Amino acid sequence: MSSDQELYGRRGRVVTDMDAKDITRVEELAYDLKIQEVMTRDLVVASPTMKMREMLELLRNRRISGAPVLAGDKLVGILSLEDLVRAMSANDLDADVDKYMAKVLITVNGYESLVRALETFTRFKVGRLPVTDEHGKLIGMITKGDITRGILLAIQKDYQEEEVRRYRASHLFEDIVSDRTTIVMRYNIKKDNFLLGGNASSNIKRALVRLGATPQIARRCGIAIYEAEMNLIIHTTHGGRIKVEIEPQQIIMTASDDGPGIENVDLAVQPGYSTATNEVREMGFGAGMGLFNIKRIVDRMELTSTLGQGTRLRMIIFLERNESLGEATADQTSQGESAE
Amino acid sequence: MKLTDITRLVEGNLLTSDSNLDWEIRGACGADLMSDVLAAIQPDAILLTGLCNPQVVRTAQMADVRAIIFVRGKRPSQETIQLAEQENIPLISSAYGMFELCGRLYQAGLPSLEVNLDCEE
Repeated sequence: MSSDQELYGRRGRVVTDMDAKDITRVEELAYDLKIQEVMTRDLVVASPTMKMREMLELLRNRRISGAPVLAGDKLVGILSLEDLVRAMSANDLDADVDKYMAKVLITVNGYESLVRALETFTRFKVGRLPVTDEHGKLIGMITKGDITRGILLAIQKDYQEEEVRRYRASHLFEDIVSDRTTIVMRYNIKKDNFLLGGNASSNIKRALVRLGATPQIARRCGIAIYEAEMNLIIHTTHGGRIKVEIEPQQIIMTASDDGPGIENVDLAVQPGYSTATNEVREMGFGAGMGLFNIKRIVDRMELTSTLGQGTRLRMIIFLERNESLGEATADQTSQGESAE
Repeated sequence: MKLTDITRLVEGNLLTSDSNLDWEIRGACGADLMSDVLAAIQPDAILLTGLCNPQVVRTAQMADVRAIIFVRGKRPSQETIQLAEQENIPLISSAYGMFELCGRLYQAGLPSLEVNLDCEE
């Protein structure tokens, strides 16, 4: 039932292995980047009265495959290796550049997007284009190689920005010197807000990754806090609060609310025990597995509840030495002793 | 197995734009209970489910699920699709039911990434 068209996505273009993820960023960049940002400014120029023999030397010495031809300030042509080959096969290297250069000039403006240059390359099947400013004055040359380089640099910059963010965050614990450093994040969770359900957990998981947590630690914290967040949304009277305390060697996550409280805490932790409504069950939750799941995935779980007053769920994950955030030393909070 | 191959096997439609179909999928898990997914699924799996709400995407994100296949031709809401695009989780819809889809993938050599609770400890 599915055509290839559907398989390859709604935009109808073939997504190959190579480009699938980055193609749209490349497309974006092709629109965002201006020609003048990636063009070559340091120009080797020729004049129409130069001999083709001199041109041969010029291209060879500078290791380039073509050059714009200027008469004074004015762009009058382009001379490429192909033109040189024509002159050589005609044994005519003493002719003027003027005789062999391309005089039909296709140019692009420096303030236009890269897309414009790409279109022009495809349409006129040329390898290089002179770039002019708004007054028609030559300001550079652009080749497909310049475009590739420009886009790669921009992608690298994108990548580095996330890396830098991650790097900065992961060094927080090293940069701040104290006897015990803790980063605390707080989130307010609204009752019945299923649409935003998981938002806090999502932010917490992302923060942990940036702070240098291993994927396994981030995943365990994410799963535990997500179950807890959904519990606040589903079961509380007014919603509740999430607090995450991050230290180099442990992560403490607390979900608390002001009611209605759990009648039988031991029963609540039993797998399959649930008080959820059918509506909640239809959403895939409320199967009575949440607290049981949390208990399995964290290192320590403490559940305290008073009927009519509220519930407090405290989840602790200890970080092994090779998982610790920053260069924590052994005399900071040691494993297994969650001081409070 | 690449996500492209999986999409072909389940005769699925890709619902998210700009998805990376090049990811290597290590295995699969089929469930309609999100807590089951959170409890049992290993990282880098594909999730087959009949549930269509945004929580499915959140669950996938928390559990490092690579992609989601909706069974029986189910179409998630626009909000769900947007969230999936934002979190980089491809969504695929297939007309076949859960059993048929699990069978097809298993037969093609995609292993189960559900942890058996009894064996875990």
